[in-house]
Amino acid sequence: MTDTTRSTQSAFAALTRLISLPGGARLGGGPIIAALILLVIVVASLAAPLYVPYDPLEMKALSRLQGPSEAHPLGTDPFGRDIFSRVMTGGQVSLLIGVGAAVVSVALGLIIGLVAGFFRMADAIIMRIMDSLMAIPAILLAIALVALNGPSLGSVIIAITIPEVPRVVRLVRSVVLSAREEPYVEAAIALGSPMPKILFQHLMPNTFAPLIVQGTYICASAILIEALLSFLGAGVSTEIPTWGNIMAEGRLYFQIKPGLIFWPGLLLSLCILSINLLGDAARDVLDPRMKKREG
Amino acid sequence: MLGYILKRVLATIPVMAIVAIFVFLLLRLTPGDPAAILAGDAATPDQLERIRDRLGLNDPLYIQFFTWVGQLLQGDLGTSLISNTSVSSMIGNRIGPTINIALMTILISVALAVPMGVIAAWRHRTWVDFLVMSFSVLGFSVPVFVIGYILIQIFAIELRWVPVQGYVSPGEDFGDFFVRAIMPSLTLATIYIALIARMTRASMLEVLGEDYIRTARAKGVRENVVLFRHALRNAAVPILTIIGTGFALLISGVVVTESVFNIPGIGRLTVDAILARDYPVIQAMILLTAGIYVVVNLLVDISYSFFDPRIRY
Repeated sequence: MTDTTRSTQSAFAALTRLISLPGGARLGGGPIIAALILLVIVVASLAAPLYVPYDPLEMKALSRLQGPSEAHPLGTDPFGRDIFSRVMTGGQVSLLIGVGAAVVSVALGLIIGLVAGFFRMADAIIMRIMDSLMAIPAILLAIALVALNGPSLGSVIIAITIPEVPRVVRLVRSVVLSAREEPYVEAAIALGSPMPKILFQHLMPNTFAPLIVQGTYICASAILIEALLSFLGAGVSTEIPTWGNIMAEGRLYFQIKPGLIFWPGLLLSLCILSINLLGDAARDVLDPRMKKREG
Repeated sequence: MLGYILKRVLATIPVMAIVAIFVFLLLRLTPGDPAAILAGDAATPDQLERIRDRLGLNDPLYIQFFTWVGQLLQGDLGTSLISNTSVSSMIGNRIGPTINIALMTILISVALAVPMGVIAAWRHRTWVDFLVMSFSVLGFSVPVFVIGYILIQIFAIELRWVPVQGYVSPGEDFGDFFVRAIMPSLTLATIYIALIARMTRASMLEVLGEDYIRTARAKGVRENVVLFRHALRNAAVPILTIIGTGFALLISGVVVTESVFNIPGIGRLTVDAILARDYPVIQAMILLTAGIYVVVNLLVDISYSFFDPRIRY
């Protein structure tokens, strides 16, 4: 047990170091600003019900497509709903999908990758299936999954997760393949440690640092794909405001009301940008070898 | 070399076979009855049964699968459930715009991204490097359709330099094609440029530290020759790899871009087919795009030895 906890601790210690670094020489100010922007977006989205002036779902036929005013800071949409309230509330579901897809794909990928890396028999079959999944364009696979399983939140998260899993599997597998050659693993095998112990206690902790980095990137990409899915008409049900749904509804009105795409697009892009920058910073701290490569 | 190519070509068969099985099962094992969609709400159970019978949906799964694969191997992609026309002619009618836009995108991306990456690595840790890297991070973060709408807003609506949407084939009027295709291509190129520039920079940084680069400079080789002949050629393999794997991004991007710019290509065809549950079209399109991805990556693998003669198979 100690091994696992120690590695987890070191991974988290590295993360805390990352966050508490005062704009130091190693990281520069970028990640700090990114973390702040992300924090503001997350808090503003989660707290949206407390401060937004209108119910994001309430339609008013008399105030359709209004320009910005004191009552409606960003104007209203084609159904008379307050754009500001919708955009701020929309972040909740978009962020939930991002985090959900990251957690599920990392968990699935970790299990499959450990098995593929450790059992040579399973490896060939698993990797062929993963190669095939990677050959199918992620967005087509995701639209198909949502279209077939219905536009629920869970089905959107699964649809975004499945195309991401092969990438996680490959990562975990490569880490396991190199770690199992290490003397401490060979020693554990020689000593007759039970297989689950070797797998979960000796091999798995090696994957945590790269998985934290990969999970961050998946979170960013999931938020992006949610927007693309909604845009193409295969996202979460249109009754739930998400950044993607608001932009999808803005398509038809783009020439008269560009704000319907611009504002959610801006928040979404800022959010993804910050998550990606944090992922880069996490990678620099957790995986110094990559830092050298990227300069 | 020939042996290697043959081995790689043969290795694509199981991949494509698994894709075919996966797509087939994906469509059959999820709830939703295409016969019910075809027949409409007013259909009687009897009518539904006849439609299912005609489509072969009543046969056992494995018979349906082998019928489909048998037809595929004879070059028959099936018939659309919705429009009742052959899938191959539907794809044939709509693949032109997609190929033209995709080719233009790849040309623009490689022509811009590789020099961007080279210069960023050459002027490492200067404002040029910072600018290229910022663009690259930004390119990954803005959804492709938002880029499309921003370009439309600026160049079509404000400046009126180009039409808002639509497509004209290059055979018909090349000038008009170019004017209309430039914005979708730029939209699609953004993320590809970001990806390639980033990889070019990383790969070049590694190579520029090598001894032979110092030797070349020491004997007075001109800097642009050092960069583009000595360094870039040695840095080419990871760049080619990312162009290949990035092709998946391009395919996904095409689907979205065609919707933004109203281009009658295969991307939009696929989305419409998926939303309408037109099984034969969905199966054919997923198989086709996966096939394109596999072939592109096969070509990339084979081209390594052309750029880096040290690689022998």
